[in-house]
Amino acid sequence: MVIDHPLLGLRDAAEFVYLGDAALLERPDATAADAETRFYEYQYLRDNPAGVHQELWFHEQGDHSWLVVTRNTLTHEILCVELARDVVLARRAGA
Amino acid sequence: MGYYSALRVLREGLTGNRGWKPLWREPDPKAAYDVIVIGGGGHGLSTAYYLAGTFGLTRVAVLEKGWLGSGNIGRNTTIIRSNYLLPGNEPFYELSMKLWEGLEQELNYNAMVSQRGIINLYHSDTQRDAYARRGNAIRLAGADAILLDQEGVRAQYPQLDFDNARFPIKGGLWQPRAGTARHDAVAWGYARGADARGVDIIQNCEVTGFLFEDGVCRGVDTRRGSIRADKVAVCVAGSSSRVMAQAGIRLPLESHVLQAFVSEGLKPLIPGVITFGMGHFYISQSDKGGLVFGGDIDGYNTYAQRGNLPTIEDVCEGGMALMPMIGRARLLRMWGGVMDMTMDGSPIIDKTPVPGLYFNGGWCYGGFKATPASGFCFAHLLARDEPHPVAAAYRLDRFRTGALIDEKGAGAQPNLH
Ligand SMILES: Cc1cc2nc3c(=O)[nH]c(=O)nc-3n(C[C@H](O)[C@H](O)[C@H](O)COP(=O)(O)OP(=O)(O)OC[C@H]3O[C@@H](n4cnc5c(N)ncnc54)[C@H](O)[C@@H]3O)c2cc1C
Repeated sequence: MVIDHPLLGLRDAAEFVYLGDAALLERPDATAADAETRFYEYQYLRDNPAGVHQELWFHEQGDHSWLVVTRNTLTHEILCVELARDVVLARRAGA
Repeated sequence: MGYYSALRVLREGLTGNRGWKPLWREPDPKAAYDVIVIGGGGHGLSTAYYLAGTFGLTRVAVLEKGWLGSGNIGRNTTIIRSNYLLPGNEPFYELSMKLWEGLEQELNYNAMVSQRGIINLYHSDTQRDAYARRGNAIRLAGADAILLDQEGVRAQYPQLDFDNARFPIKGGLWQPRAGTARHDAVAWGYARGADARGVDIIQNCEVTGFLFEDGVCRGVDTRRGSIRADKVAVCVAGSSSRVMAQAGIRLPLESHVLQAFVSEGLKPLIPGVITFGMGHFYISQSDKGGLVFGGDIDGYNTYAQRGNLPTIEDVCEGGMALMPMIGRARLLRMWGGVMDMTMDGSPIIDKTPVPGLYFNGGWCYGGFKATPASGFCFAHLLARDEPHPVAAAYRLDRFRTGALIDEKGAGAQPNLH
């Protein structure tokens, strides 16, 4: 797979470390009443879809940026690559 | 079903081989069963076999999406062993090893179970200490383990790169009773045995949903219509999240691809199974002479039964560090299978929050060796509604309670297990 890094262009996926579902960006509120359940779900449960999946890749052998890659898990086709920072800032602005 | 024996081979040979029959029937689904097993892989078939054979439930069906053996049971590198460290794991895998030892006689089927031994190589003093500890744990659980020094390994594998500048081989942890088995013959043997005990094996019958009545699972929807059952048992390996999502259950796992490789046929070279200790690389030699090897999973979520090139390079580097001669062998075949990788690297055999629905999965890349015990323990759970003692730790709620079984100590990251 080749990942089209927003700043560096096309990079071999082997330069990256994979963390998992981009839902990990949404850390639960530790002060919420049901924090225990929410942290359990956040830490351990996954949708694991067959199809479009948003996921976190870290450019370890490159610029050390975190990317949100939207990829089809059935075909390995990469649909969209964004800086995780931009994704989070956009979500906060929208919220 | 016709008993298999040397005499039978002789008789069939003399009468034109006209007496061999298909190994299982091709029945149409009935309207209802006591137990429906979803997934005709190794675990689904062995579950059905023990349900009918050991626990006396004969109204059992196995529903398989494709053809029998099309999943991981026919894709693995066939290593069987019981050399785990943790108390939650080791007795379970040792039960499996004992079942392997009597399997062919029990099934009257040649599964080519070959106890040719496995050696996990160590390359440093600290690694030796860790292996000594694991060996002791294995022996305390009643299984076998022998710590070898360099000479001990050299006696079996003189061709290894013992003096490798970076990763010299210092010795290994040997389990003589481990080995290999013919993977698809295991599926066929269990299918034949289950069929003979009255189990309906229905291929090309994908399950598309569950039937619920008052929150209780009462059967399944399939491409061939609805089928009712008192209990529904899910054994779909890499498809676990997709199938359980139909019941509204999110699982603590991710689907990943693991690749396997086979070289051209060579003269006998590797008598047992060896694993490299400084990377992930394991290798054995098939009876046809091909070197069968593999390494790490690719490491990203996928449902494609194929991987990418960087992993192939990584696996081959491990092989070259272990035995440089492998560089001269040509690769004949390679393929991938979709693994149900859990958050602690250990499997799940348990009831689910939905009454009537039972789950077996999360086998990661090590479920082939578990095939007999997984089926036996799952059948025990289904028949008695109580876990078998050696599988009691494989609970679905252990991620909530913190009773994880993290053999590698890697944490909640499936691609590191
Ligand atoms: C390359 C590779 C190497 C491996 N090497 C080893 C090894 O050396 N040792 C070891 O112990 N383990 C190994 N494994 C792991 C082992 O193969 C698996 O853990 C084990 O086979 C999984 O259980 P199974 O046999 O029941 O799975 P499968 O054979 O995959 O069975 C699951 C079945 O469910 C069916 N299914 C899915 N969805 C549905 C549906 N909706 N309706 C009906 N049916 C459905 C599938 O078609 C499939 O046939 C390896 C795996 C791979 C891929």
